[in-house]
Amino acid sequence: MTDKTLLSVRDLNAWYDESHILHGVNLEVREGETVTILGRNGMGKTTTLRSIVGILRKRTGTISFDGTDLMNRPLHHTARVGIGFVPEERGIFSTLSVEENLMLPPVVSDTGMTVEEIYQLFPNLKERRNSQGTKLSGGEQQMLAMARMLRTGVKMLLLDEPTEGLAPVIVQRIGEVLQTLKARGMTILLVEQNFRFASKIADRFYVMDHGKVTDGFDLAELPAKMETLHEVLGV
Amino acid sequence: MIMIFGIPIQAFLGQLLIGLINGSFYAMLSLGLAIIFGLLRVINFAHGAQYMMGAFAGFLLLSWVGVNYWFALLLAPVIVGLTGIVIERFALRRLYNLDHLYGLLFTFGLALVIEGSFRYFYGTSGQPYETPELLSGGVNLGFMYLPIYRGWVVVASLIVCIGTWLLIEKTKLGSYLRAATENPTLVQSFGINVPFLLTLTYGLGAGLAALAGIMAAPIYQVSPLMGSNLIIVVFAIVVVGGMGSIMGAIVTGYMLGILEGLTKVFYPEASNIVIFVIMAIVLLIRPAGLFGRDA
Repeated sequence: MTDKTLLSVRDLNAWYDESHILHGVNLEVREGETVTILGRNGMGKTTTLRSIVGILRKRTGTISFDGTDLMNRPLHHTARVGIGFVPEERGIFSTLSVEENLMLPPVVSDTGMTVEEIYQLFPNLKERRNSQGTKLSGGEQQMLAMARMLRTGVKMLLLDEPTEGLAPVIVQRIGEVLQTLKARGMTILLVEQNFRFASKIADRFYVMDHGKVTDGFDLAELPAKMETLHEVLGV
Repeated sequence: MIMIFGIPIQAFLGQLLIGLINGSFYAMLSLGLAIIFGLLRVINFAHGAQYMMGAFAGFLLLSWVGVNYWFALLLAPVIVGLTGIVIERFALRRLYNLDHLYGLLFTFGLALVIEGSFRYFYGTSGQPYETPELLSGGVNLGFMYLPIYRGWVVVASLIVCIGTWLLIEKTKLGSYLRAATENPTLVQSFGINVPFLLTLTYGLGAGLAALAGIMAAPIYQVSPLMGSNLIIVVFAIVVVGGMGSIMGAIVTGYMLGILEGLTKVFYPEASNIVIFVIMAIVLLIRPAGLFGRDA
């Protein structure tokens, strides 16, 4: 981890049609860091990720990544500057085979993993590389959604609820994969409901409530925060 | 004389072949429509006009600059494809966020303007386009006399259809197109320029229509209304095959062309409506079309 700020979000407001969802979100992610956004459902966590990526266009404020202002760039520039997005619904394509899904996103830098390295990390995907993408199990689809971003050489992954609806053994496997990525120096911004899972891999936390970041703290401060967190998160 | 189902085999095989030739044009045209609809969600009513423009491009290239059939076969689709790109870039693109009806109305209006303009200059009577020397003449198949050019149309259309299918199913560009058909926003977030892909696709669809047009020029006469006569049947075929299904469009195109030909043998009175009757039945039983997935 370095002290260099990779992603910086300042006073981010965002709207779905007429409804105002984000009310001035501020957050920062440093290079090599894994940051988790915690919060109950409907507090704006997914909206924050979608606004950073640029899928949600009705937004104000500033978003800068590695010194590049992202606000006025078209959606297809987001990956090119180095941000890979893994959506909550995983977004595996049914008309593409597993391998076609894996090869779909264009390579943006030469720091990505090779296909062999990816198949080593996810042997299941290699076995089923000729199957239809959506024939995979939920866990395998999540692995594929992550794997296809690793090939591209993005500097940062935005992961939206990667463990949602998955069996504990798969959740553990995803945790291992994220540790491997951390060790390789990947910067990760994670939205997660599974607090236990998040506490094992995150270096830092933000808490979101009603469209704002209301708290931010390091892993070391977590034990002291547990009581307030239980209240805020309702867990 | 050999009879099949009570009719002479010559008549049977003859109509089968005519059906196959018509089916070749149906397949090429419905293929373009299916590709455009799949990605752009636009029902391209200008497709018939683009087919006509292809035939006219060939005719004008020959009469103005003496470009022969073989070069026109390459140039006409490029010219019409480029006009498609301009139309998408400056007009059609603005309608994607509105109801699909607007795309349909716009392309319908566009077709009327294009056909009206050509009619202003060339009237409604057809212009002849000579069969290229290499493909003139014919062969006696025993049961019928086959003009070589018509045999060429069947072969060339098969190559075009299979080639387009391979482009979409087996190439990298094809995987972009398929993925963008499913979820354009996510594909764009991967760094793929989806708006450019849409422009390219409309150009490709228009170019395919033009290719069918130049191939039709020596068989049918080159006339401003040649597209509007054909396009209604092609729309029925796309509905039967299933909107947006590439393979469905191809197979249904050939199938219904042949069926239409055979109807001419068995019950000629119904040959003009058989495709529409089948469309009605398919819509009742399988609204998504024979090859379409339920949406």
